[in-house]
Amino acid sequence: MNIFSMFSRRTSAPVARERLQILLAHERGGTTCNADLIALLQKEVLAAIAKHIDVDPDKVQIKMERRDEVSLLEIDVEIPTPSPKGGKPQDKTAPEIRTTSRVASQRAGRAA
Amino acid sequence: MAEVMVVTSGKGGVGKTTSTAALGAALAQTGQTVAVVDFDVGLRNLDLIMGAERRVVYDLINVANGEARLHQALIRDKRIETLYLLPASQTRDKDALTEEGVKRVIGELRERFDWIICDSPAGIERGATLAMKYADLAVVIANPEVSSVRDSDRIIGLLDAKTEKAESGQRMEKHLLLTRYDAARAGRGEMLSVEDVLEILSIPLLGIIPESEEVLRASNVGSPVTLNNAASAPARAYMDAARRLCGEDVAMSIPMHRKGFLDRLFGRRAA
Repeated sequence: MNIFSMFSRRTSAPVARERLQILLAHERGGTTCNADLIALLQKEVLAAIAKHIDVDPDKVQIKMERRDEVSLLEIDVEIPTPSPKGGKPQDKTAPEIRTTSRVASQRAGRAA
Repeated sequence: MAEVMVVTSGKGGVGKTTSTAALGAALAQTGQTVAVVDFDVGLRNLDLIMGAERRVVYDLINVANGEARLHQALIRDKRIETLYLLPASQTRDKDALTEEGVKRVIGELRERFDWIICDSPAGIERGATLAMKYADLAVVIANPEVSSVRDSDRIIGLLDAKTEKAESGQRMEKHLLLTRYDAARAGRGEMLSVEDVLEILSIPLLGIIPESEEVLRASNVGSPVTLNNAASAPARAYMDAARRLCGEDVAMSIPMHRKGFLDRLFGRRAA
């Protein structure tokens, strides 16, 4: 720290570091085996639900978020409410079943 | 026992070929036998950096496809007698390389050399995955710059997934070589620091190569920087890295160009 730094603008390296940390946290979660795992989970969860309820495949969403300690597996399934008169299956006020489960962190592989 | 080492980065232009030549020459200078192998089929450059561009007859693809014997394709360095180059083909494309062919060539090289250093092409396609496929350890080259660090992170992921070692459940040994580092700029907060990059990539550090005019000077004349000017800052940094690869415990420092009075007075011209 010197007298000139008081007049200079904010340094750029901390910005670079922060941008990289955020970006890589996302990219590490979405690459290779994880992408395959999510596709597989989506297919199997959908098959399990479809046995009992008629769901639109597009209304099932699976996300995986990686954090330091744990990863978050989020499964959103939109199930249409059967209308009382049995008329309209595509009710706009369909409730949403939201399941959130925690799975163990998969960071172990990156520890050097 | 032979060690197969891939020099890789994802991003182009960060110093893979320069580092392959410099580390290869530094290891060979210790008396060990070294083969540097260019995997950049169609865009070969290791021959040029090694100063052997006019001596190429057969190449990696010829050997991999059985069109030439390994000893016919290997070019012996004129400066260090334990250093050899296996050039890439300039006229074929990367699809000409097959997994079986590469595996056989690497197997043959293992019988003859202490070190086999594979210079990976940029990118994450066939050429790059084949260069890393049969490696025992990897040197990941990164510049202290966002796009390079991101690509290195991607390559680390591939090393842990797509190599033969990883596929057989073993841990792939990876080292970071930070190149084109400017300690003064990092100190002023204008460049990612060594600590920043290490924290983000979390693989052990093999060395820090300072940004230097010597690197271009060496490539101009077709000589690995460790041979062209062994006293220069990048050469000393590469030699330290080579010693660490051999298991020596060398204190990590950033060799710098020593500025004399005239240098300070007239800037960087007097180097």
